[in-house]
Amino acid sequence: MEGVMSHASDLNLKATELRLGLPGTDEHDEFVSVAKNNKRALPDQSATDSGRKGISSGKSIDHEHEHEPAPKAQIVGWPPVRSYRKNNLQAKKTEAETGMYVKVSMDGAPYLRKIDLSVYNGYAELLKALESMFKLTIGDYSEREGYKGSEYAPAYEDKDGDLMLVGDVPWDMFMSSCKRLRIMKGSDASGLGCGV
Amino acid sequence: MNYFPEEVLEHVFDFLTSHRDRNAVSLVCKSWYSVERFSREKVFIGNCYAVNPERLIARFPRVRSLTLKGKPHFADFNLVPHDWGGYVYPWIEAMAKSGINLEELRLKRMVVSDESLELLAKSFPNFKSLVLVSCEGFTTDGLAAIASNCRFLRELDLQENEVDDRKGQWLSCFPDTCTSLVSLNFACLKGEVNVAALERLVARCRNLRSLRLNHAVPLDALQKILVQAPQLNDLGTGSFLHDPDSEAYCKLKNAIKKCKSIRSLSGFLDVNTRCLPAVYPICTNLTSLNLSYAPGIYSSELIKLICHCKKLERLWILDTIGDKGLGVVASTCKELQELRVFPSDLYDGVGNAAVTEEGLVAISAGCPKLNSLLYFCQQMTNAALITVAKNCPNFIRFRLCTLDPTIPDAVTNQPLDEGFGAIVQSCKGLKRLSVSGLLTDQVFLYIGMYAEQLEMLSIAFAGDSDKGMLYVLNGCKKLKKLEIRDSPFGNVALLADVGKYETMRSLWMSSCEVTYGACKTLAEKMPRLNVEIINEGEQIEASPDDRHRVEKMYLYRTLVGPRRDAPEFVWTL
Repeated sequence: MEGVMSHASDLNLKATELRLGLPGTDEHDEFVSVAKNNKRALPDQSATDSGRKGISSGKSIDHEHEHEPAPKAQIVGWPPVRSYRKNNLQAKKTEAETGMYVKVSMDGAPYLRKIDLSVYNGYAELLKALESMFKLTIGDYSEREGYKGSEYAPAYEDKDGDLMLVGDVPWDMFMSSCKRLRIMKGSDASGLGCGV
Repeated sequence: MNYFPEEVLEHVFDFLTSHRDRNAVSLVCKSWYSVERFSREKVFIGNCYAVNPERLIARFPRVRSLTLKGKPHFADFNLVPHDWGGYVYPWIEAMAKSGINLEELRLKRMVVSDESLELLAKSFPNFKSLVLVSCEGFTTDGLAAIASNCRFLRELDLQENEVDDRKGQWLSCFPDTCTSLVSLNFACLKGEVNVAALERLVARCRNLRSLRLNHAVPLDALQKILVQAPQLNDLGTGSFLHDPDSEAYCKLKNAIKKCKSIRSLSGFLDVNTRCLPAVYPICTNLTSLNLSYAPGIYSSELIKLICHCKKLERLWILDTIGDKGLGVVASTCKELQELRVFPSDLYDGVGNAAVTEEGLVAISAGCPKLNSLLYFCQQMTNAALITVAKNCPNFIRFRLCTLDPTIPDAVTNQPLDEGFGAIVQSCKGLKRLSVSGLLTDQVFLYIGMYAEQLEMLSIAFAGDSDKGMLYVLNGCKKLKKLEIRDSPFGNVALLADVGKYETMRSLWMSSCEVTYGACKTLAEKMPRLNVEIINEGEQIEASPDDRHRVEKMYLYRTLVGPRRDAPEFVWTL
């Protein structure tokens, strides 16, 4: 901490100032062309922003090593990728990165769990994972009788808010419509087709 | 002068399909001009504001196919405000009124309203083909009108358009009597489609060759469709997600095996990589593969897939493939002609872009037929570009985009002038070039000197002075489109040779050094140019100081003067 304090005068308080604008922008607004006096539109990274680095390193700043790549997202229209493509890719990336986490509740359990549906390749894997997470057995699925013979039945809430039995629809349809899972006790689940 | 009856001339002209040849022929003499104009069926208009519908119809009364382009290229990157222009409605209206027998309409970067589509659908009984690329302004209601009314529709091709989904049933609007479809591409639509209607449509269109689905069409529907259409040449899958242990997936594998004619594959908009092996059997014959919308396929899976694609001529991919993956492409795809590597990570700033100059060099060494490149990369070196230039002298299109627009040579820290210089010197047939990275006036000296066939040049964050732009304007005799952003080119360069702009289609300059005064001067001297200034957000002064810099200028040659549909923020000087 000592090192940081000794550089208090270098602390660029603007870096922590509340402002509208993306973090990292300083007064030389990178949105608009900066071709006024510079030859390059991007302000020279090493010349400014000593304060930003000062907080994190506490040593004298060696700009050569600490050169952050220019914040690319802040230049309008760069990299030159069609908006259509940008929009599409971003949506998918978010999904891929954050996964498809849904809450799982079990009747009688004190707290809920969360699982990422996208790591499973089908119902078999999902049910096995649920069984091991909650230490119970779910049994086999049959179209006619649901999860007959088991103490628990897995159900889920779909996009419309309805409570559905897990296993009726194709896996990918399930993945896109499942909002949360609920493991119901056999006796409660009798209305869902469990022949208990 | 030899005498040929007009019928003979017309017959000879029939063999001329390229619009440039026809344009040339029509300049020979009055009688050739006359014969040519009555026989021309396909018209290409690269800038919809260069002429108007009336002149088109007056000169080419027998036009059947029209291609129109609207907004400037940089509109793709959000540099042009939304309501700038490029409306197709007046064209359709005029042709409808004049009884033109329109059969084909191909639009790029234009605003297409539902009204226009409805008018189009109802006015031209022989209408066969609608191709919309990067357009906007319409909804699925407009598509429903096309589907319902165009009795002989062969082609409905929607590429990368922004379409509002009205949750209607546009696909169901194809009547049961419609059996003429050859090409259907709705991959860009975001909403649900009636899958059952789609299956029936495919089943009755026995000539269907090209089908590209959107993400809402699930894998089991794909299987049923392929069973009905094993004759497909071009397939864009929708969603490719399923339990690979399921029966549906097994059926799909079998259905795909029977599609022996597929040469072009795309889609995989949502994908479970464990399902990919289903397509391996058709990979052997693929000539075109587009996986650029499939970020879910990681490098190792991409490599496995590509190993099967030995006949590939065109590959569009994400940079997740990595340099190593490009190495595999280089050793597998010896017939490769076109490569596009798109960035997968656009928002994190730092960019985990996984391709560098290494991947490009590997490709150039392994794929000598390469002639078209779009390459987004983390870094580049002069040495690499020089090697690429030596290995691949046949480039027609060379577009390099470093994610950091002013990054120098990664090894020497020098500008990338020498590298691009080598490219233009070696590739004598180069028609299109985009440069990026740290660049001085020197690169433009090279371009002006060597790029004799260059027609389109894109410049961003480059150059030191007006000299740079002057080298290009003086040297590139065949230049048609020049677009420049964030570069220190100013009035001296702009005004040095005003006549040049009439030989070009258009010039775009944004965030450069040109001033109002210079633009006004230019507009005064050249009445057959429209010099448009785009003002957005900033205070719109009634008459800005001549010395003020212009933020965005777009000028283009035109036969019809200032356009009347320009919005408030666009001034034609």
